[in-house]
Amino acid sequence: MDAILKTDNLWVEYRAGQRGGAKVAVRGLNLNVQAGEVFGFLGPNGAGKTTTMNVLLGFVTPTRGEAHLFGVNVREPIARQRIGYLPELTYYYRFLSAEELLRFYARIFGLTPAETERRIDRLLKLVELESARKRLIKTYSKGMQQRVGLAQALINDPDLLILDEPTSGLDPLGRMKVREIIQRLKEEGKTVFFSSHELGEVETVCDRVAIVSQGELRVEGRVADLVREHQANLEQIFLRIIGYQPSSLS
Amino acid sequence: MKTPLALAGVVLKELYRRKDFYVLFVLTAVITLLLASVNFFNDDKIVRYLKEICLLLIWISMLVIAIVTTARQIPAERESRTIFPLLAKPVTRGQVILGKFLGCWFACGLALLIFYAFFTVVTCSREGHWPLGGNLQALWLQWMMLAIVIALALLGSLIFAAPSSNTTICFVVVAGILLLGGHLNAIALQQTEPLTSLIYAVYFIIPQLEIFDVRDLVIHDQQLLGWLDCLGASLYAAVYTGFFLLAAWLVFRRKPLSA
Repeated sequence: MDAILKTDNLWVEYRAGQRGGAKVAVRGLNLNVQAGEVFGFLGPNGAGKTTTMNVLLGFVTPTRGEAHLFGVNVREPIARQRIGYLPELTYYYRFLSAEELLRFYARIFGLTPAETERRIDRLLKLVELESARKRLIKTYSKGMQQRVGLAQALINDPDLLILDEPTSGLDPLGRMKVREIIQRLKEEGKTVFFSSHELGEVETVCDRVAIVSQGELRVEGRVADLVREHQANLEQIFLRIIGYQPSSLS
Repeated sequence: MKTPLALAGVVLKELYRRKDFYVLFVLTAVITLLLASVNFFNDDKIVRYLKEICLLLIWISMLVIAIVTTARQIPAERESRTIFPLLAKPVTRGQVILGKFLGCWFACGLALLIFYAFFTVVTCSREGHWPLGGNLQALWLQWMMLAIVIALALLGSLIFAAPSSNTTICFVVVAGILLLGGHLNAIALQQTEPLTSLIYAVYFIIPQLEIFDVRDLVIHDQQLLGWLDCLGASLYAAVYTGFFLLAAWLVFRRKPLSA
């Protein structure tokens, strides 16, 4: 089966500061995500997760190696036709209302007006923002903004969703809702690639995970296989892999 | 073209919802109306001075609106990081540049239309005839000139770090071209080599914005420009606008997205 998301020996280097030397953010990363999978991309802060996502979305050009979405090089804008992206923080036009924002993105994807309205209704119902659809985004709470983000990521009915810490900063109810939406998307056969620090959540919803540390892929495999192999839960595996040493205080 | 037009729509919506845009707009409209209503020394010819002041006011206001509006477009996208979800869609950086340009240019066109409508009503009330042809031509040529200014400000917004520095530099450059640009060839003749060649080179490189200024024709009710001349000026504006937009795209293509 062809991978929907694929990176081949991906390297990303950048200069740290004006006179700083080159810093390697990603080192020879090889990833393969198959259709219909929920794939967890894990690692401590600064491990290279966001940089990898930035390459996949065409924001950053890799120093070496290549990345493909649906077999198309990520440098081609058309590679992003069938994906939905939810950034870690809410970066939307605050002077627009939720339905105006969705209408704008729908226009970019070339949806017909009738189809646009149908999808807006469906998505705002899905993320429970129907009653606030005409309010400006700047008046929304953080949780509401995150849900608008999820709706915009789904406006083109994507086959692949890239979610950067989708539950970050949400209350337990908000986290539960996002998890339910991911589960529903999985049942619809969508592929989800997401990074998260909530390892319990990852263990619940993911089929496979990859753990990166210092830009390198350390472990990749099915969650159930990893748990059986290491005789530990995902959090313990994660801590072991990134070399965590319990402090003497504990 | 659907993506640049969608982006232009967002630019228009933002300007419509921002309050600072209205301040200048209302101020210019009020001053124009006030000037039109006063009557100095019962002099019939005073209307020409009034027209001159009104047109100057429109020119200054439009330059302020065009430069200030354009200068903050891309820096604001980068600073608020709205550029990330936008470019995560099948949108190229070239389309972002074009969309921002079109949005600002359409907004200026709309503002110009309202200003000139005011001006035409004021002129008509004082002179008793409708100078539609001349005003329409002046509006069109000013809009073409603003296309060059907007493209220049867009390029500046990708080169200079702060929108305020870009705004200042754009104002100085545009005012410099409008006031001195047309006289550079005469200045060059009075210099020695290599300064003569250098000034001549600048004279031929810079866009001659003063060719779009037909205020004198409007003020003195003189004959309109030929439509071929108008077309030529429009093509001239299109070439410079295209050049500045291309340069902006080349700069933006490799620019990191974070501010």
